[in-house]
Amino acid sequence: MKVVHSNTQPVMLSEEKKRSWLSGLLYSRKVAPYVFVAPFIISFLVFFAYPLVQTFVMSFQEVLPGETTFVGLENYRKLNNQTFYTALLNTVQYTFWTLVVLIPIPLVLAVLLNSRMTRFKNIFKSALFIPVLTSTIIAGIVFRLIFGDMSSAFMNSFLIKLGLKPELWLSSEGTGMFVMVLLASWRWLGVNMLYFLAGLQNISNDLYEAADIDGASTFQKFFHITLPSLKPVTVYVLTISIVGGFRMFEESYVFWQNYSPGDIGLTLVGYIYQQGLAYNNMGLGAAIGIVLLMIILIVSVISLKLSGSFKEEH
Amino acid sequence: MNKKQNTAISKVSVNMLFILLCLVTLFPLFCLVLASLKPSTELLRFGLNMKLDVHVMSFKNYAYLFQGGSIYFEWFKNSLLLLVISTALTLFFSSMVGYGLAVYSFKGKNVLFLLVLFIMMVPLEIMMLPLFKMTVALKIVDSYTGVILPFIVAPVAVFFFRQYALGLPKALLESARVDGCTEFGIFLRIMMPLMKPAFGAMAILQAMGSWNNFLWPLIVLRSKEMFTLPIGFASLLSPYGNNYDLLISGAVLAVIPIIIIFLFFQKYFISGLTSGGIKG
Repeated sequence: MKVVHSNTQPVMLSEEKKRSWLSGLLYSRKVAPYVFVAPFIISFLVFFAYPLVQTFVMSFQEVLPGETTFVGLENYRKLNNQTFYTALLNTVQYTFWTLVVLIPIPLVLAVLLNSRMTRFKNIFKSALFIPVLTSTIIAGIVFRLIFGDMSSAFMNSFLIKLGLKPELWLSSEGTGMFVMVLLASWRWLGVNMLYFLAGLQNISNDLYEAADIDGASTFQKFFHITLPSLKPVTVYVLTISIVGGFRMFEESYVFWQNYSPGDIGLTLVGYIYQQGLAYNNMGLGAAIGIVLLMIILIVSVISLKLSGSFKEEH
Repeated sequence: MNKKQNTAISKVSVNMLFILLCLVTLFPLFCLVLASLKPSTELLRFGLNMKLDVHVMSFKNYAYLFQGGSIYFEWFKNSLLLLVISTALTLFFSSMVGYGLAVYSFKGKNVLFLLVLFIMMVPLEIMMLPLFKMTVALKIVDSYTGVILPFIVAPVAVFFFRQYALGLPKALLESARVDGCTEFGIFLRIMMPLMKPAFGAMAILQAMGSWNNFLWPLIVLRSKEMFTLPIGFASLLSPYGNNYDLLISGAVLAVIPIIIIFLFFQKYFISGLTSGGIKG
Protein backbone atom coordinates (compact mmCIF):
# COMPACT_ATOMS: atom_id res chain seq x y z
CA MET A 1 0.00 0.00 0.00
CA LYS A 2 1.02 3.62 -0.34
CA VAL A 3 1.60 5.76 2.68
CA VAL A 4 -0.48 8.83 2.21
CA HIS A 5 1.62 11.96 2.22
CA SER A 6 -1.11 14.36 3.00
CA ASN A 7 -0.91 17.94 4.05
CA THR A 8 -0.60 16.84 7.67
CA GLN A 9 3.08 16.19 7.06
CA PRO A 10 4.45 19.69 7.88
CA VAL A 11 2.52 19.78 11.14
CA MET A 12 3.94 16.43 12.16
CA LEU A 13 7.47 17.55 11.33
CA SER A 14 7.42 20.68 13.38
CA GLU A 15 5.94 18.77 16.27
CA GLU A 16 8.49 16.04 15.93
CA LYS A 17 11.36 18.46 16.47
CA LYS A 18 10.12 19.27 19.91
CA ARG A 19 9.94 15.71 21.01
CA SER A 20 12.76 13.77 22.56
CA TRP A 21 14.63 11.12 20.65
CA LEU A 22 12.56 8.31 22.18
CA SER A 23 9.20 9.77 21.39
CA GLY A 24 10.57 10.54 17.95
CA LEU A 25 11.05 6.82 17.61
CA LEU A 26 7.53 6.15 18.78
CA TYR A 27 6.07 8.43 16.17
CA SER A 28 8.40 7.59 13.34
CA ARG A 29 6.73 5.95 10.43
CA LYS A 30 10.10 4.65 9.27
CA VAL A 31 10.85 2.78 12.48
CA ALA A 32 7.35 1.69 13.44
CA PRO A 33 6.94 -1.10 10.87
CA TYR A 34 10.13 -2.75 12.07
CA VAL A 35 8.91 -2.62 15.65
CA PHE A 36 5.73 -4.35 14.54
CA VAL A 37 7.46 -7.15 12.67
CA ALA A 38 10.33 -7.50 15.17
CA PRO A 39 8.71 -10.40 17.08
CA PHE A 40 8.50 -12.33 13.84
CA ILE A 41 12.06 -11.56 12.79
CA ILE A 42 13.42 -12.58 16.19
CA SER A 43 11.39 -15.76 16.49
CA PHE A 44 12.13 -16.63 12.88
CA LEU A 45 15.87 -16.29 13.40
CA VAL A 46 16.04 -18.00 16.79
CA PHE A 47 13.38 -20.67 16.56
CA PHE A 48 13.24 -21.40 12.85
CA ALA A 49 16.31 -20.43 10.85
CA TYR A 50 18.83 -21.45 13.50
CA PRO A 51 17.32 -24.89 14.24
CA LEU A 52 16.84 -25.50 10.53
CA VAL A 53 20.49 -24.78 9.82
CA GLN A 54 21.44 -26.79 12.91
CA THR A 55 19.46 -29.77 11.62
CA PHE A 56 21.43 -29.60 8.42
CA VAL A 57 24.75 -29.33 10.28
CA MET A 58 23.79 -32.04 12.76
CA SER A 59 22.99 -34.45 9.96
CA PHE A 60 26.72 -34.53 9.18
CA GLN A 61 27.72 -35.06 12.79
CA GLU A 62 27.76 -37.65 15.45
CA VAL A 63 26.26 -35.89 18.45
CA LEU A 64 27.25 -37.20 21.84
CA PRO A 65 26.77 -35.41 25.13
CA GLY A 66 29.60 -32.92 25.39
CA GLU A 67 31.20 -33.65 22.03
CA THR A 68 30.29 -33.68 18.40
CA THR A 69 32.35 -35.10 15.58
CA PHE A 70 32.03 -34.48 11.89
CA VAL A 71 31.23 -37.75 10.16
CA GLY A 72 30.48 -36.58 6.64
CA LEU A 73 27.72 -38.50 4.93
CA GLU A 74 27.83 -41.36 7.43
CA ASN A 75 24.35 -40.63 8.81
CA TYR A 76 22.87 -40.56 5.34
CA ARG A 77 24.63 -43.83 4.54
CA LYS A 78 23.09 -45.33 7.68
CA LEU A 79 19.65 -44.44 6.34
CA ASN A 80 20.11 -47.26 3.87
CA ASN A 81 18.44 -49.71 6.23
CA GLN A 82 15.21 -51.64 6.35
CA THR A 83 13.71 -49.66 9.25
CA PHE A 84 14.09 -46.39 7.38
CA TYR A 85 12.49 -47.82 4.26
CA THR A 86 9.64 -49.18 6.37
CA ALA A 87 9.12 -45.75 7.93
CA LEU A 88 9.27 -44.07 4.53
CA LEU A 89 6.87 -46.56 2.96
CA ASN A 90 4.43 -46.28 5.86
CA THR A 91 4.47 -42.50 5.64
CA VAL A 92 3.96 -42.46 1.88
CA GLN A 93 1.16 -45.00 2.12
CA TYR A 94 -0.53 -43.13 4.93
CA THR A 95 -0.32 -39.86 3.02
CA PHE A 96 -1.62 -41.50 -0.14
CA TRP A 97 -4.64 -43.05 1.55
CA THR A 98 -5.55 -39.91 3.47
CA LEU A 99 -5.48 -38.01 0.16
CA VAL A 100 -7.66 -40.63 -1.51
CA VAL A 101 -10.24 -40.35 1.27
CA LEU A 102 -9.96 -36.74 2.34
CA ILE A 103 -10.15 -34.92 -0.99
CA PRO A 104 -12.85 -36.44 -3.23
CA ILE A 105 -15.29 -37.42 -0.47
CA PRO A 106 -15.40 -34.03 1.29
CA LEU A 107 -15.64 -32.33 -2.10
CA VAL A 108 -18.69 -34.34 -3.14
CA LEU A 109 -20.24 -33.95 0.31
CA ALA A 110 -19.75 -30.18 0.14
CA VAL A 111 -21.44 -30.01 -3.26
CA LEU A 112 -24.35 -32.12 -1.97
CA LEU A 113 -24.63 -30.07 1.20
CA ASN A 114 -24.58 -26.87 -0.80
CA SER A 115 -27.34 -28.06 -3.13
CA ARG A 116 -30.99 -27.31 -2.65
CA MET A 117 -31.58 -30.98 -1.89
CA THR A 118 -30.18 -30.97 1.63
CA ARG A 119 -32.06 -29.79 4.67
CA PHE A 120 -30.64 -29.21 8.18
CA LYS A 121 -27.41 -27.94 6.62
CA ASN A 122 -26.10 -26.41 9.82
CA ILE A 123 -26.74 -29.50 11.92
CA PHE A 124 -24.88 -31.68 9.41
CA LYS A 125 -22.02 -29.21 9.24
CA SER A 126 -21.66 -29.07 13.02
CA ALA A 127 -21.90 -32.81 13.51
CA LEU A 128 -19.22 -33.49 10.94
CA PHE A 129 -16.99 -30.79 12.42
CA ILE A 130 -17.07 -32.11 15.99
CA PRO A 131 -14.43 -34.88 15.58
CA VAL A 132 -11.64 -32.37 15.00
CA LEU A 133 -12.36 -30.89 18.42
CA THR A 134 -11.18 -34.06 20.09
CA SER A 135 -7.43 -34.50 20.30
CA THR A 136 -5.90 -37.31 18.29
CA ILE A 137 -4.93 -38.93 21.56
CA ILE A 138 -8.47 -39.08 22.89
CA ALA A 139 -9.86 -40.14 19.52
CA GLY A 140 -7.17 -42.83 19.37
CA ILE A 141 -8.16 -44.15 22.79
CA VAL A 142 -11.71 -44.62 21.56
CA PHE A 143 -10.51 -46.28 18.36
CA ARG A 144 -8.41 -48.67 20.43
CA LEU A 145 -11.56 -49.68 22.27
CA ILE A 146 -13.65 -50.08 19.13
CA PHE A 147 -10.90 -52.01 17.35
CA GLY A 148 -9.90 -54.10 20.35
CA ASP A 149 -8.40 -57.55 19.75
CA MET A 150 -11.01 -59.49 21.69
CA SER A 151 -13.72 -61.08 19.63
CA SER A 152 -16.22 -59.37 21.90
CA ALA A 153 -14.92 -55.89 21.06
CA PHE A 154 -17.23 -53.85 18.87
CA MET A 155 -15.63 -54.11 15.44
CA ASN A 156 -14.78 -57.79 15.79
CA SER A 157 -18.22 -58.74 17.05
CA PHE A 158 -19.58 -56.85 14.05
CA LEU A 159 -17.33 -58.86 11.70
CA ILE A 160 -18.42 -62.09 13.34
CA LYS A 161 -22.04 -61.16 12.85
CA LEU A 162 -21.31 -60.69 9.15
CA GLY A 163 -19.78 -64.16 9.13
CA LEU A 164 -16.20 -62.93 8.90
CA LYS A 165 -13.17 -63.74 11.01
CA PRO A 166 -12.20 -61.35 13.83
CA GLU A 167 -8.99 -59.37 13.31
CA LEU A 168 -6.05 -58.42 15.48
CA TRP A 169 -6.45 -54.88 14.22
CA LEU A 170 -3.34 -53.28 15.63
CA SER A 171 -1.00 -56.20 15.06
CA SER A 172 -0.76 -56.48 11.30
CA GLU A 173 0.29 -54.13 8.58
CA GLY A 174 -2.85 -53.68 6.51
CA THR A 175 -5.29 -53.36 9.38
CA GLY A 176 -2.92 -51.09 11.31
CA MET A 177 -2.71 -48.72 8.36
CA PHE A 178 -6.48 -48.92 7.94
CA VAL A 179 -7.13 -47.86 11.54
CA MET A 180 -4.63 -44.98 11.31
CA VAL A 181 -6.15 -43.69 8.07
CA LEU A 182 -9.64 -44.13 9.49
CA LEU A 183 -8.71 -42.12 12.58
CA ALA A 184 -7.33 -39.27 10.47
CA SER A 185 -10.31 -39.40 8.09
CA TRP A 186 -12.73 -39.31 10.98
CA ARG A 187 -11.10 -36.21 12.41
CA TRP A 188 -10.59 -34.23 9.21
CA LEU A 189 -13.51 -35.08 6.92
CA GLY A 190 -15.72 -32.29 8.27
CA VAL A 191 -13.00 -29.66 8.15
CA ASN A 192 -12.09 -30.43 4.54
CA MET A 193 -15.76 -30.34 3.67
CA LEU A 194 -15.94 -26.85 5.13
CA TYR A 195 -12.99 -25.75 3.00
CA PHE A 196 -14.81 -26.89 -0.11
CA LEU A 197 -18.05 -25.32 1.09
CA ALA A 198 -16.24 -22.01 1.49
CA GLY A 199 -14.90 -22.43 -2.05
CA LEU A 200 -18.39 -23.10 -3.38
CA GLN A 201 -19.63 -19.79 -1.96
CA ASN A 202 -17.28 -17.98 -4.33
CA ILE A 203 -18.78 -19.48 -7.47
CA SER A 204 -21.14 -17.05 -9.10
CA ASN A 205 -24.69 -18.25 -9.62
CA ASP A 206 -24.73 -16.71 -13.08
CA LEU A 207 -22.54 -19.53 -14.36
CA TYR A 208 -25.09 -22.12 -13.32
CA GLU A 209 -27.98 -20.09 -14.67
CA ALA A 210 -26.26 -19.75 -18.02
CA ALA A 211 -25.61 -23.49 -18.04
CA ASP A 212 -29.26 -24.13 -17.22
CA ILE A 213 -30.32 -22.05 -20.19
CA ASP A 214 -27.98 -24.11 -22.36
CA GLY A 215 -29.65 -27.22 -21.01
CA ALA A 216 -26.63 -28.65 -19.19
CA SER A 217 -27.18 -31.69 -16.99
CA THR A 218 -26.28 -31.80 -13.31
CA PHE A 219 -23.16 -33.83 -14.05
CA GLN A 220 -22.07 -31.51 -16.82
CA LYS A 221 -22.43 -28.58 -14.46
CA PHE A 222 -20.41 -30.40 -11.81
CA PHE A 223 -17.55 -31.27 -14.14
CA HIS A 224 -17.47 -28.07 -16.18
CA ILE A 225 -18.30 -25.42 -13.61
CA THR A 226 -17.98 -26.68 -10.05
CA LEU A 227 -14.78 -28.67 -10.30
CA PRO A 228 -12.74 -26.07 -12.22
CA SER A 229 -13.95 -23.30 -9.92
CA LEU A 230 -12.93 -25.30 -6.87
CA LYS A 231 -9.40 -25.70 -8.12
CA PRO A 232 -7.72 -23.14 -5.82
CA VAL A 233 -9.36 -24.66 -2.75
CA THR A 234 -8.50 -28.16 -3.91
CA VAL A 235 -4.86 -27.21 -4.35
CA TYR A 236 -4.82 -25.72 -0.88
CA VAL A 237 -6.43 -28.77 0.72
CA LEU A 238 -4.14 -31.04 -1.25
CA THR A 239 -1.04 -29.18 -0.11
CA ILE A 240 -1.94 -29.08 3.58
CA SER A 241 -3.00 -32.73 3.41
CA ILE A 242 0.33 -33.75 1.91
CA VAL A 243 2.28 -31.84 4.54
CA GLY A 244 -0.05 -33.19 7.23
CA GLY A 245 0.43 -36.74 5.99
CA PHE A 246 4.20 -36.55 5.95
CA ARG A 247 4.41 -35.06 9.43
CA MET A 248 2.13 -37.70 10.92
CA PHE A 249 3.12 -38.89 14.38
CA GLU A 250 0.24 -38.84 16.84
CA GLU A 251 -2.02 -41.27 15.00
CA SER A 252 0.69 -43.87 15.32
CA TYR A 253 1.89 -42.90 18.80
CA VAL A 254 -1.55 -43.30 20.32
CA PHE A 255 -1.79 -46.90 19.13
CA TRP A 256 1.74 -48.15 19.68
CA GLN A 257 3.80 -45.42 21.39
CA ASN A 258 7.44 -45.85 20.34
CA TYR A 259 7.46 -49.42 19.14
CA SER A 260 4.92 -51.12 16.93
CA PRO A 261 5.04 -54.82 16.05
CA GLY A 262 7.13 -55.16 12.89
CA ASP A 263 7.26 -51.33 12.76
CA ILE A 264 3.82 -51.32 11.15
CA GLY A 265 3.15 -47.90 12.66
CA LEU A 266 6.59 -46.36 12.27
CA THR A 267 6.53 -43.06 10.38
CA LEU A 268 9.37 -40.74 9.43
CA VAL A 269 8.62 -38.37 12.30
CA GLY A 270 8.27 -41.36 14.61
CA TYR A 271 11.68 -42.51 13.42
CA ILE A 272 13.20 -39.07 14.16
CA TYR A 273 11.66 -39.21 17.61
CA GLN A 274 12.84 -42.75 18.24
CA GLN A 275 16.41 -42.21 17.02
CA GLY A 276 16.94 -38.68 18.26
CA LEU A 277 15.23 -38.75 21.62
CA ALA A 278 14.89 -42.38 22.68
CA TYR A 279 18.28 -43.61 21.39
CA ASN A 280 20.00 -40.24 21.65
CA ASN A 281 21.19 -40.70 18.09
CA MET A 282 20.66 -37.07 17.08
CA GLY A 283 22.85 -37.06 13.98
CA LEU A 284 20.83 -39.80 12.36
CA GLY A 285 17.59 -38.16 13.53
CA ALA A 286 18.65 -34.91 11.88
CA ALA A 287 19.47 -36.73 8.63
CA ILE A 288 15.95 -38.21 8.61
CA GLY A 289 14.64 -34.69 9.17
CA ILE A 290 16.53 -33.34 6.17
CA VAL A 291 15.25 -36.16 3.96
CA LEU A 292 11.73 -35.45 5.18
CA LEU A 293 12.15 -31.74 4.44
CA MET A 294 13.31 -32.51 0.90
CA ILE A 295 10.36 -34.82 0.32
CA ILE A 296 7.85 -32.28 1.58
CA LEU A 297 9.34 -29.45 -0.48
CA ILE A 298 9.52 -31.51 -3.66
CA VAL A 299 6.05 -32.97 -3.31
CA SER A 300 4.43 -29.64 -2.55
CA VAL A 301 6.23 -27.87 -5.39
CA ILE A 302 5.10 -30.63 -7.75
CA SER A 303 1.51 -30.43 -6.55
CA LEU A 304 1.52 -26.65 -6.89
CA LYS A 305 3.09 -26.88 -10.32
CA LEU A 306 0.76 -29.57 -11.64
CA SER A 307 -2.17 -27.50 -10.55
CA GLY A 308 -0.68 -24.46 -12.26
CA SER A 309 -0.94 -22.25 -9.21
CA PHE A 310 2.42 -20.65 -9.86
CA LYS A 311 0.88 -18.86 -12.79
CA GLU A 312 -1.72 -17.10 -10.70
CA GLU A 313 -0.37 -14.27 -8.66
CA HIS A 314 -1.77 -14.15 -5.18
CA MET B 1 -44.41 -36.13 -12.85
CA ASN B 2 -41.60 -38.57 -13.38
CA LYS B 3 -39.00 -35.85 -12.93
CA LYS B 4 -40.68 -34.69 -9.75
CA GLN B 5 -40.53 -38.20 -8.35
CA ASN B 6 -36.88 -38.41 -9.28
CA THR B 7 -35.94 -35.26 -7.42
CA ALA B 8 -37.97 -36.41 -4.44
CA ILE B 9 -36.08 -39.68 -4.36
CA SER B 10 -32.69 -38.02 -4.66
CA LYS B 11 -33.67 -35.50 -2.00
CA VAL B 12 -34.54 -38.26 0.43
CA SER B 13 -31.45 -40.28 -0.35
CA VAL B 14 -29.09 -37.33 0.01
CA ASN B 15 -30.59 -36.43 3.35
CA MET B 16 -30.48 -40.05 4.46
CA LEU B 17 -26.82 -40.19 3.44
CA PHE B 18 -26.00 -37.19 5.61
CA ILE B 19 -27.97 -38.50 8.57
CA LEU B 20 -26.16 -41.81 8.31
CA LEU B 21 -22.80 -40.08 7.98
CA CYS B 22 -23.48 -37.94 11.04
CA LEU B 23 -24.44 -40.99 13.06
CA VAL B 24 -21.26 -42.78 12.05
CA THR B 25 -19.25 -39.66 12.84
CA LEU B 26 -20.76 -39.24 16.28
CA PHE B 27 -20.55 -42.96 17.04
CA PRO B 28 -17.00 -42.89 18.49
CA LEU B 29 -18.04 -40.13 20.89
CA PHE B 30 -20.98 -42.22 21.97
CA CYS B 31 -18.52 -45.08 22.50
CA LEU B 32 -16.33 -42.85 24.64
CA VAL B 33 -19.19 -41.92 26.93
CA LEU B 34 -20.42 -45.50 27.04
CA ALA B 35 -16.97 -46.80 27.92
CA SER B 36 -16.61 -44.23 30.69
CA LEU B 37 -19.62 -45.81 32.38
CA LYS B 38 -18.18 -49.31 32.33
CA PRO B 39 -15.70 -50.75 34.80
CA SER B 40 -12.18 -50.95 33.40
CA THR B 41 -11.90 -54.65 34.23
CA GLU B 42 -14.74 -55.31 31.82
CA LEU B 43 -13.14 -53.16 29.12
CA LEU B 44 -9.87 -54.99 29.52
CA ARG B 45 -11.50 -58.40 29.35
CA PHE B 46 -14.12 -57.93 26.65
CA GLY B 47 -13.18 -54.74 24.86
CA LEU B 48 -15.91 -52.25 24.24
CA ASN B 49 -19.23 -53.73 23.25
CA MET B 50 -22.59 -52.12 22.83
CA LYS B 51 -24.25 -53.97 25.69
CA LEU B 52 -26.13 -51.55 27.88
CA ASP B 53 -25.95 -53.55 31.09
CA VAL B 54 -27.35 -51.31 33.79
CA HIS B 55 -26.09 -53.57 36.54
CA VAL B 56 -22.48 -53.13 35.51
CA MET B 57 -22.58 -49.52 34.40
CA SER B 58 -21.98 -46.77 36.93
CA PHE B 59 -20.45 -43.36 37.46
CA LYS B 60 -17.68 -44.93 39.53
CA ASN B 61 -14.98 -43.86 37.08
CA TYR B 62 -16.03 -40.25 37.48
CA ALA B 63 -16.17 -40.57 41.25
CA TYR B 64 -12.66 -41.97 41.12
CA LEU B 65 -11.50 -38.89 39.21
CA PHE B 66 -12.88 -36.53 41.80
CA GLN B 67 -11.57 -38.41 44.80
CA GLY B 68 -8.42 -36.69 46.00
CA GLY B 69 -5.07 -38.03 44.96
CA SER B 70 -5.81 -38.35 41.27
CA ILE B 71 -3.39 -36.31 39.21
CA TYR B 72 -6.01 -35.70 36.52
CA PHE B 73 -7.12 -32.27 37.65
CA GLU B 74 -3.50 -31.19 37.93
CA TRP B 75 -3.15 -31.97 34.22
CA PHE B 76 -6.43 -30.25 33.48
CA LYS B 77 -5.23 -27.14 35.28
CA ASN B 78 -1.90 -27.23 33.42
CA SER B 79 -3.64 -27.52 30.06
CA LEU B 80 -5.91 -24.63 30.92
CA LEU B 81 -3.05 -22.45 32.10
CA LEU B 82 -1.02 -23.15 28.98
CA LEU B 83 -4.04 -22.47 26.81
CA VAL B 84 -4.70 -19.06 28.32
CA ILE B 85 -1.10 -17.86 28.35
CA SER B 86 -0.08 -19.20 24.96
CA THR B 87 -3.24 -18.02 23.23
CA ALA B 88 -2.96 -14.52 24.68
CA LEU B 89 0.72 -14.15 23.80
CA THR B 90 0.45 -15.70 20.36
CA LEU B 91 -2.50 -13.53 19.44
CA PHE B 92 -0.81 -10.37 20.64
CA PHE B 93 2.44 -10.93 18.78
CA SER B 94 0.90 -12.44 15.65
CA SER B 95 -1.63 -9.65 15.28
CA MET B 96 1.15 -7.11 15.73
CA VAL B 97 3.20 -8.68 12.95
CA GLY B 98 0.23 -9.22 10.66
CA TYR B 99 -0.85 -5.63 11.14
CA GLY B 100 2.66 -4.35 10.48
CA LEU B 101 2.85 -6.34 7.26
CA ALA B 102 -0.50 -5.08 6.07
CA VAL B 103 -0.48 -1.41 6.97
CA TYR B 104 3.05 -0.19 6.31
CA SER B 105 5.24 -0.28 3.28
CA PHE B 106 8.87 -0.80 4.12
CA LYS B 107 12.01 -2.45 2.86
CA GLY B 108 11.99 -6.23 3.17
CA LYS B 109 8.26 -6.45 3.63
CA ASN B 110 7.70 -8.86 0.76
CA VAL B 111 10.58 -11.06 1.85
CA LEU B 112 9.10 -11.28 5.34
CA PHE B 113 5.72 -12.20 3.97
CA LEU B 114 7.24 -14.94 1.83
CA LEU B 115 9.04 -16.23 4.91
CA VAL B 116 5.71 -16.43 6.74
CA LEU B 117 4.34 -18.54 3.91
CA PHE B 118 7.47 -20.68 3.87
CA ILE B 119 7.30 -21.44 7.60
CA MET B 120 3.70 -22.53 7.13
CA MET B 121 4.99 -25.18 4.74
CA VAL B 122 7.87 -26.51 6.85
CA PRO B 123 6.75 -28.67 9.74
CA LEU B 124 8.42 -28.24 13.11
CA GLU B 125 8.96 -32.00 13.35
CA ILE B 126 11.90 -31.71 10.98
CA MET B 127 13.96 -29.61 13.34
CA MET B 128 12.68 -30.81 16.65
CA LEU B 129 16.06 -32.21 17.70
CA PRO B 130 18.07 -28.94 17.54
CA LEU B 131 15.07 -27.13 18.96
CA PHE B 132 15.08 -29.55 21.86
CA LYS B 133 18.83 -29.10 22.36
CA MET B 134 18.22 -25.37 22.42
CA THR B 135 15.61 -25.62 25.15
CA VAL B 136 18.09 -27.69 27.15
CA ALA B 137 20.78 -25.06 26.64
CA LEU B 138 18.38 -22.25 27.58
CA LYS B 139 17.33 -24.26 30.65
CA ILE B 140 13.67 -24.09 29.71
CA VAL B 141 13.17 -27.83 29.46
CA ASP B 142 10.28 -29.10 31.55
CA SER B 143 8.81 -25.60 31.75
CA TYR B 144 5.88 -23.90 30.09
CA THR B 145 8.23 -21.26 28.78
CA GLY B 146 9.84 -24.04 26.79
CA VAL B 147 6.48 -25.11 25.40
CA ILE B 148 5.30 -21.62 24.48
CA LEU B 149 8.32 -19.52 23.56
CA PRO B 150 9.36 -21.15 20.25
CA PHE B 151 5.84 -20.76 18.84
CA ILE B 152 4.92 -17.39 20.20
CA VAL B 153 4.50 -16.00 16.69
CA ALA B 154 2.22 -18.32 14.71
CA PRO B 155 2.61 -17.95 10.93
CA VAL B 156 -1.00 -19.00 10.27
CA ALA B 157 -2.24 -16.29 12.61
CA VAL B 158 0.14 -13.71 11.11
CA PHE B 159 -1.24 -14.57 7.68
CA PHE B 160 -4.83 -14.30 8.85
CA PHE B 161 -4.32 -11.00 10.69
CA ARG B 162 -2.52 -9.58 7.68
CA GLN B 163 -5.40 -10.45 5.39
CA TYR B 164 -7.82 -8.93 7.86
CA ALA B 165 -5.76 -5.79 8.45
CA LEU B 166 -5.58 -5.13 4.69
CA GLY B 167 -9.25 -4.26 4.91
CA LEU B 168 -8.93 -1.76 7.76
CA PRO B 169 -9.93 1.83 6.92
CA LYS B 170 -6.75 3.79 6.18
CA ALA B 171 -8.47 7.10 6.82
CA LEU B 172 -8.62 6.29 10.52
CA LEU B 173 -4.88 5.85 10.53
CA GLU B 174 -4.34 9.34 9.15
CA SER B 175 -6.75 11.05 11.47
CA ALA B 176 -5.25 9.30 14.49
CA ARG B 177 -1.82 10.53 13.43
CA VAL B 178 -3.14 14.06 13.19
CA ASP B 179 -4.49 13.65 16.70
CA GLY B 180 -0.97 12.85 17.84
CA CYS B 181 -1.31 9.17 18.46
CA THR B 182 1.86 7.05 18.35
CA GLU B 183 2.01 4.34 15.72
CA PHE B 184 1.78 1.65 18.39
CA GLY B 185 -0.98 3.54 20.13
CA ILE B 186 -2.97 3.53 16.89
CA PHE B 187 -2.58 -0.24 16.75
CA LEU B 188 -3.51 -0.83 20.38
CA ARG B 189 -6.34 1.64 20.79
CA ILE B 190 -7.90 1.95 17.36
CA MET B 191 -7.01 -0.95 15.12
CA MET B 192 -7.03 -3.82 17.61
CA PRO B 193 -10.68 -3.24 18.55
CA LEU B 194 -11.53 -3.13 14.85
CA MET B 195 -9.91 -6.52 14.37
CA LYS B 196 -12.14 -8.18 16.96
CA PRO B 197 -13.66 -10.77 14.58
CA ALA B 198 -10.18 -11.82 13.50
CA PHE B 199 -9.17 -12.15 17.14
CA GLY B 200 -12.23 -14.30 17.79
CA ALA B 201 -11.45 -16.71 15.00
CA MET B 202 -7.75 -16.91 15.82
CA ALA B 203 -8.35 -17.23 19.57
CA ILE B 204 -10.43 -20.33 18.96
CA LEU B 205 -7.89 -21.77 16.54
CA GLN B 206 -4.94 -21.15 18.86
CA ALA B 207 -6.80 -22.32 21.96
CA MET B 208 -7.78 -25.55 20.26
CA GLY B 209 -4.25 -26.03 19.01
CA SER B 210 -2.87 -25.52 22.50
CA TRP B 211 -5.45 -27.77 24.16
CA ASN B 212 -4.69 -30.63 21.76
CA ASN B 213 -0.99 -29.89 21.22
CA PHE B 214 1.03 -33.07 21.48
CA LEU B 215 4.47 -33.62 20.02
CA TRP B 216 6.31 -30.55 21.29
CA PRO B 217 4.97 -30.69 24.86
CA LEU B 218 5.74 -34.42 24.84
CA ILE B 219 9.36 -33.59 24.11
CA VAL B 220 9.71 -30.62 26.46
CA LEU B 221 7.70 -31.66 29.49
CA ARG B 222 9.44 -34.26 31.61
CA SER B 223 7.84 -34.47 35.04
CA LYS B 224 4.40 -35.87 35.65
CA GLU B 225 3.20 -32.82 37.56
CA MET B 226 3.93 -30.63 34.54
CA PHE B 227 2.03 -32.76 31.99
CA THR B 228 -0.89 -31.44 29.99
CA LEU B 229 -3.96 -33.59 29.37
CA PRO B 230 -2.89 -35.19 26.05
CA ILE B 231 0.59 -35.95 27.39
CA GLY B 232 -0.89 -37.28 30.61
CA PHE B 233 -3.35 -39.48 28.73
CA ALA B 234 -0.59 -40.80 26.51
CA SER B 235 1.50 -41.65 29.58
CA LEU B 236 -1.33 -43.90 30.73
CA LEU B 237 -1.31 -45.84 27.48
CA SER B 238 0.71 -48.98 27.07
CA PRO B 239 0.63 -51.77 24.54
CA TYR B 240 -0.40 -54.21 27.26
CA GLY B 241 -3.55 -52.70 28.61
CA ASN B 242 -4.34 -49.31 29.94
CA ASN B 243 -5.35 -47.60 33.07
CA TYR B 244 -8.82 -47.25 31.63
CA ASP B 245 -10.75 -46.06 34.67
CA LEU B 246 -8.94 -42.72 34.76
CA LEU B 247 -8.27 -42.50 31.05
CA ILE B 248 -11.78 -42.67 29.67
CA SER B 249 -13.75 -40.64 32.17
CA GLY B 250 -10.91 -38.12 32.02
CA ALA B 251 -11.14 -38.01 28.24
CA VAL B 252 -14.87 -37.37 28.41
CA LEU B 253 -14.34 -34.46 30.77
CA ALA B 254 -11.64 -33.08 28.47
CA VAL B 255 -13.80 -33.23 25.35
CA ILE B 256 -17.17 -32.05 26.63
CA PRO B 257 -16.15 -28.47 27.48
CA ILE B 258 -14.78 -27.96 23.96
CA ILE B 259 -17.91 -29.33 22.35
CA ILE B 260 -20.07 -27.04 24.47
CA ILE B 261 -17.90 -24.02 23.64
CA PHE B 262 -18.07 -25.04 19.98
CA LEU B 263 -21.85 -25.15 19.99
CA PHE B 264 -21.90 -21.57 21.29
CA PHE B 265 -19.20 -20.09 19.08
CA GLN B 266 -19.55 -22.18 15.93
CA LYS B 267 -19.04 -19.28 13.58
CA TYR B 268 -15.64 -18.42 15.05
CA PHE B 269 -14.52 -22.03 15.04
CA ILE B 270 -15.38 -22.49 11.42
CA SER B 271 -13.92 -19.22 10.18
CA GLY B 272 -10.79 -19.81 12.28
CA LEU B 273 -10.18 -23.29 11.01
CA THR B 274 -10.94 -22.64 7.39
CA SER B 275 -9.17 -19.30 7.25
CA GLY B 276 -5.75 -20.49 6.15
CA GLY B 277 -6.05 -20.60 2.42
CA ILE B 278 -9.16 -18.73 1.64
CA LYS B 279 -9.11 -15.01 1.33
CA GLY B 280 -10.07 -13.53 4.69
